[in-house]
Amino acid sequence: MDHTSTLTLTVNGTKVSRTVQPRTHLIDFLRDELGLTGSHIGCEHGVCGACTVRVDGTIVRGCLTLAVQCEGKAVDTVEGLSDSGELAQLQQAFHERNALQCGYCTPGMLVAALDLVKSEPDATRERIREHLSGNYCRCTGYQAIVDAIETVLVHRRKEARA
Amino acid sequence: MKSPAFAYAKPRTLDEACGLLEAHGEESRIIAGGQSLVAMLNLRLAAPGLLVDINAIEGLGGISVQGDRLVIGALVRHREIEQSGMVAENCPLLAQAAPHIAHVAIRNSGTIGGSIALADPAAEWPACCLALDATFRLVSKKGERRVAARDFFKGLFATALRPAELVAAIEIPLLPNHRSVFLELARRRGDYAIVGLAALARPEGGRLHDVRLAYLGGGDAPILARHAMQAAEGKPPAADLSAELARDLSPLADLENRAATKLHLANVLARRALAALAA
Repeated sequence: MDHTSTLTLTVNGTKVSRTVQPRTHLIDFLRDELGLTGSHIGCEHGVCGACTVRVDGTIVRGCLTLAVQCEGKAVDTVEGLSDSGELAQLQQAFHERNALQCGYCTPGMLVAALDLVKSEPDATRERIREHLSGNYCRCTGYQAIVDAIETVLVHRRKEARA
Repeated sequence: MKSPAFAYAKPRTLDEACGLLEAHGEESRIIAGGQSLVAMLNLRLAAPGLLVDINAIEGLGGISVQGDRLVIGALVRHREIEQSGMVAENCPLLAQAAPHIAHVAIRNSGTIGGSIALADPAAEWPACCLALDATFRLVSKKGERRVAARDFFKGLFATALRPAELVAAIEIPLLPNHRSVFLELARRRGDYAIVGLAALARPEGGRLHDVRLAYLGGGDAPILARHAMQAAEGKPPAADLSAELARDLSPLADLENRAATKLHLANVLARRALAALAA
């Protein structure tokens, strides 16, 4: 029984192959092996949401996902979602609404918020709060973050009607 | 913290998985969604020598109606249950309970089989399975056996699972004439509940029949509150089941709530649930 595995997966659209220890969780793999330090590590036991990334299109906890379990999967991080422009509206709204201060939780907030914006265009403030319940912010409080996401949702609804 | 080192295997068949579990005994642990196990590894509360990843095994997924039962494969994610039309139609209790499980990112990965096998007394699925009188299909090298949920949960993280045996599916009897309610009290959405209740009954002319009350957070295992159920049976919604619940439950005090507070809250939930079932 070997303590290393070869892992091949797609990260932000690029196929990568590395040798990893099974104990390495996805977020350490992304940060330490691939240098993608946009996703943050907070609590490392699934509570804070700072490590939220997308695997095969759904959001997961990077700290509760083993890298070896992502064999053959497509991982998207805040870097890739920024480059592709998918996050552009949310990033602008976070900036305008002052929805970040230290920025530690922001990558996770953005990835979780994008999931809601895409899957539930009619989400209310209440639903925004529910969807972000697994993402902690210790600086701004949540009001500005909910404001920013609501701004994007309202904007998108207007665009859709036009 | 970081997990201690372990070996990793991803078998393709149940037979292979059971063989690995048999060969490595207590050194091995099954990983499916990993939403409890990886946290325990990171906190170094668990240190298995081998993780057996069951995600590639065919036949452990899927939701279907088979005869008079809803059958949910062990690898079905919480989120799948939450969003399944088949579940909403055939077993609304599960659809009601799913949003209470942690957060979306966790529900996307965590599995119902993992929740059953772990038997966390604060988890939602074990209590639902007690209330629904579900049956678990357990498989090992020796074949398959079926164990009722009501015989399965033995105590704190303790179950009827034998070494080298795994949960393959959950079978839930269809109860088309019952109503269900799932309630939790938690300080924040997604937190472990202080106390929670999965409730079912068949309402008829303002009275409740076949009342089932299963609690999470009510003791060191999910608990079917038999005395409270008996007291509520065949009657209009009871206003106070505190005496019965004191016999049924033995909640543990924690940093925020005394045992007496939890008992009080359990009674509050029972009152709310019964009223909702009769409404």
